[in-house]
Amino acid sequence: MINKHEKVEKSVGLFFIFTIFAISIGGLVEITPLFFQKATTTPVDNLRPYTALEMEGRDIYIREGCNVCHSQMIRPFRAETERYGHYSVAGEGVWEHPHLWGSKRTGPDLARVGGRYSDDWHRAHLLDPRSVVPESNMPSFKWLAENTLDGELTAKKLSTFNFLTRNRSHKDEQGNAIPLYSETDIAGAKKAVKGKTEMDALIAYLQSLGHALK
Amino acid sequence: MSSFWSIWITVLTLGTLVGCYLLLRWCLKNFAGVEEGASMGHTFDGIEELNNPLPKWWSTFFLLTIIWGFGYLLLYPGLGNFEGLLGWKSSNQGILNLSESKASVANAKESGMLVQYDREVAAADEKYGPIFEAYAAQSIETLAGNEEALKVGQRLFLQNCSQCHGSDARGTTGFPDLTDKDWLYGGSPEMIKATIMHGRKANGMMAWSAALGGEQGVKEVAAFVLSLSGREVDTTAAEAGKVKFAMCAACHGPEGKGSAEMGIPLGAPNLTDNVWLYGGSPRAVETSIANGRAGVMPAWDKILGEQKVHVISAYVYSLSQN
Repeated sequence: MINKHEKVEKSVGLFFIFTIFAISIGGLVEITPLFFQKATTTPVDNLRPYTALEMEGRDIYIREGCNVCHSQMIRPFRAETERYGHYSVAGEGVWEHPHLWGSKRTGPDLARVGGRYSDDWHRAHLLDPRSVVPESNMPSFKWLAENTLDGELTAKKLSTFNFLTRNRSHKDEQGNAIPLYSETDIAGAKKAVKGKTEMDALIAYLQSLGHALK
Repeated sequence: MSSFWSIWITVLTLGTLVGCYLLLRWCLKNFAGVEEGASMGHTFDGIEELNNPLPKWWSTFFLLTIIWGFGYLLLYPGLGNFEGLLGWKSSNQGILNLSESKASVANAKESGMLVQYDREVAAADEKYGPIFEAYAAQSIETLAGNEEALKVGQRLFLQNCSQCHGSDARGTTGFPDLTDKDWLYGGSPEMIKATIMHGRKANGMMAWSAALGGEQGVKEVAAFVLSLSGREVDTTAAEAGKVKFAMCAACHGPEGKGSAEMGIPLGAPNLTDNVWLYGGSPRAVETSIANGRAGVMPAWDKILGEQKVHVISAYVYSLSQN
């Protein structure tokens, strides 16, 4: 065969393998090294783990798809930092599984929304967004106030996070890893959330956002 | 970055560029053994594949992108630890706290690094800094008469405060109206500024239901409270409520005129002026008494800084000065 192209052009398998090889290079260069960088695996100094209630709130945030309309990623542009605060850095997100950076901003960025509004405001806003922000197009999340948490899975979630972050937690003075949650935290997890409403949990989570860098 | 990963990135990146160039060169040669422009021997639906070379304009542009790639990697950070000849980066990543963030701005400046974000901020500071500094040197009362300053204050208010207090600053249920003369913590310029700077956490009106002996007691106190602003109420209930109001007087004052009137920053509202933060219907007042209320104003000193708070204070102060 004189035309060497034909070998690839006429064999789907070979073409597939070459394609995979070609497109994997981008990932090997841009993604793989990040798993081993200090800057992307070291938590920032003030990062604290979510409390049991905040952890449940985070799951509600995911369940309701808040991350579909709200990003949690302040980019290093002055126009953004004027509005939202210090730009996000990698060390703030090393314990996020999955990360909730989002990619769309129908609503504002929430990376540092914690402490910006009162709990009462969040409650009013989640029940009826237009009662406080007339031009808002956010849906109402009335059911959050009615559903209560049973806390059956909370302890499991905390230990799962201990496992997921085992190489990325803070270190004590001897350089030993400090797990995110102690055994007492895990044992008390169910009690900490049982009977609380989903609204309480979500607000607790929102109020915790961005605490590490402000 | 460790040198292993630095080399990893450099080799793969440059290797890809070189690979693209070799691929292009290879494709520019005629391997098919068919004369240029002649048929390759495939026909389908009457369409015949000819052995045409890559268009010249196309292969030239391909080559240019490769050259561009090398140029970019020379000037900008892209090859592992090599920072690029321009010394450019978008922001200071890898910081672990706010003081490191500040230090890295100074470091970059000293070492001549070109940090895009820092440059943007510095340019803005140069432009707006003197304006805010001039405002900061004036008293809030003076600023409240300065139309330009009020415009700035209004912008900042709309951006940061209107979510709770409304774009007209007239508030809504649970969030105070800032245009009237009714103040929870006092309406002097200093008090307004202190409230915005450090926030307010109401000591909290506790839930009185149990202490007042249940629903009946709550109704009686509510009746008395409503009578304070001249509302028509059941007088027997109000009489009974008046006795119980002694417990409320600790924060709201013996005449119910509120803690600001007494000069104590408790946030207990004036009950005699018919201004109702949580609604003035008998039902709403009863709910407030029975379950308590605890409004929170967030602190803005760390988010906005004192100079901006100063201007917002002037704007808020001006709203109730007509």
